[in-house]
Amino acid sequence: MKKPILVIIGVVLAIGVFSSVYTVSETEQVIITQFGRPVGGVITDSGLHVKLPVIQNVYRFDKRWLEFDGDPNEIPTKDKKYIWVDTYARWRVADALRFYQAVRDERGGQSRLDDIVDGETRNAIASFDLIEIVRSSSREFQLTGELEGIMTAEAVAEIITGREAISQQILKRASAITPEFGVELVDVRFKRLNYTESVQGAVFQRMITERKRIAERSRSEGQGRAAEILGQKERDVLAATSVGYRTAEELKGKADAIATDTYARAYGRDPGFYEFFKSMETLKASLGKDTTVILSTDSDLLRFMSASRGKR
Amino acid sequence: MARGNWGDGPIDIGGNKVQLPRLPNLSTGSIRLIAGGLVVLFLLMTSYYQVEPEEVGVIQRFGAYARTTEPGPHLKIPFGVETVQKVPIQRQLKMEFGFRTVSAGQRSEFAQPAAAQAESLMLTGDLNVAVVEWIVQFRIRDPKAFLFNVRDVPATFRYMSEAAVRRVVGDHSVDEVITIGRAEIALEAKEELQRLCDLYGIGIQVTQLILQDVNPPDPVRPAFNEVNQAIQEKERAINEAWADYNQAVPRAQGEAEQLVRAAEGYALERENHALGDSKRFEALYAEYRKAPEVTRKRMYLEMMTELLPQLGQKVILDEKARGVLPLLQLGGPMKEVTQ
Repeated sequence: MKKPILVIIGVVLAIGVFSSVYTVSETEQVIITQFGRPVGGVITDSGLHVKLPVIQNVYRFDKRWLEFDGDPNEIPTKDKKYIWVDTYARWRVADALRFYQAVRDERGGQSRLDDIVDGETRNAIASFDLIEIVRSSSREFQLTGELEGIMTAEAVAEIITGREAISQQILKRASAITPEFGVELVDVRFKRLNYTESVQGAVFQRMITERKRIAERSRSEGQGRAAEILGQKERDVLAATSVGYRTAEELKGKADAIATDTYARAYGRDPGFYEFFKSMETLKASLGKDTTVILSTDSDLLRFMSASRGKR
Repeated sequence: MARGNWGDGPIDIGGNKVQLPRLPNLSTGSIRLIAGGLVVLFLLMTSYYQVEPEEVGVIQRFGAYARTTEPGPHLKIPFGVETVQKVPIQRQLKMEFGFRTVSAGQRSEFAQPAAAQAESLMLTGDLNVAVVEWIVQFRIRDPKAFLFNVRDVPATFRYMSEAAVRRVVGDHSVDEVITIGRAEIALEAKEELQRLCDLYGIGIQVTQLILQDVNPPDPVRPAFNEVNQAIQEKERAINEAWADYNQAVPRAQGEAEQLVRAAEGYALERENHALGDSKRFEALYAEYRKAPEVTRKRMYLEMMTELLPQLGQKVILDEKARGVLPLLQLGGPMKEVTQ
């Protein structure tokens, strides 16, 4: 009769021991409830702990930063552009007790966060222009050569708030509410922003026309530049030939002047003799076998022919 | 398991329970021995672990962080008191965005499931749309932080990477994203991602963020190609014009040079002729001055002597017969010589 009693006592003891110790992982925090009522605050120290057996229960919550992935929402911006906005956030159970009382478990927490973050995102997106949500700064875009002068109005927009500040605003407003259910929200960011399908078509069309404009300009620039080069060619050709002509004429003129001077100096000594000398030369050069000469007996050459008949 | 040595090899515990009833002839002592052996084996198996060279082992005792162990064989307290998680801190890890490698190798295959396409579509700073694919390479820097600070690190890291790249792309024009700004964007996004990692205490070191294919969206792509074509056309037009220029201008310059050279030749000839003529005249004149009358006569007569035989028709008229002159039928040109 003794053995079964010992066994029973042993089993009871074992159950007692095992239900009065529990471990808390590095990633966990724990609250203890007694008959369903939380007792003794939140236990965040990891390791082995003791509690009252049977009547106390352990509720575990994650201590780490938890992910929150918002549903993509179709929201109109202030300038009436419809975009899909997909946010993500980082949160943790900051006050496990309140969290347990308000939303019971993580699923409850996620769904409360959904409501709050989505709502604040909607408010923020609706009160800013799209450009403010997309851009973070007013930095000027670098331009490749073919784009100069063909920028859209958005490209030079002055960014007053910017992406970072808008997500900060969502965070600030949402994190003011979350402590109510024991949640600390530290980060809300835009994961994705995209045009809705209907807007996207129009945007693609705009991109296409913009590219076509760039292409057209590039072509006409090419033609313009080519025409300019051809003009330059004509100019340079005429410049070269005319300078050549001028130089040549100058050279000739100078030579003529020198020659004239030389002749004048030489022949000036006796113009009469020059005349005679030159006449002789000219006659020699200009009369040939086709020439008929009528010589008068008066001429110097034939004077003696008539002289034979007697002196004049 | 062979029947003879079922008790001394590292057999799995499930196996010997089945085999036990088949050996009824064992004594109580040997059963105890076997049981003891099994317990020792079980102890060893739950307390021994090995850490591979690229890993570290993180030991938790009752859930609390106890220690980090280096590569090699180790022991821990058994029965679930201590648990080990191995973290590959030396391994270069990689995440792909906008595409997925189906099979890596010499010729890797890539796929673009719908989820990946949604990752890559993003708004640029000039409110256009670009399709950006990228990869992130990273290492786990702090295994403790990696394990205990953030839940679901891969998902969180994906979100962070998407947010970082989109934020940077949102501050650049579509042309910068596609062409000139690529390197700058990758660097900025890497810094942004590292900043987020540090902020979240996720224990990750981003080694590289590399932009892969960056394109305009498919419907727009032909228009972008047209721009490239137009740029080519522009350059061709300019090149052709320069070719034309280069053909014409040097030739014109050469021709001008030719003109100048010819003029120089003319000038030399003209001056030399003048000099020659005048020297000759001066020489002659010097002699002439000594006896002007005789020289004149001599020159005239010498000329006539030389000239007359060459002439075709010679008509000699008496001075009294001047009246017949108009009646003469003269064939050729006629010159009257008078002195």
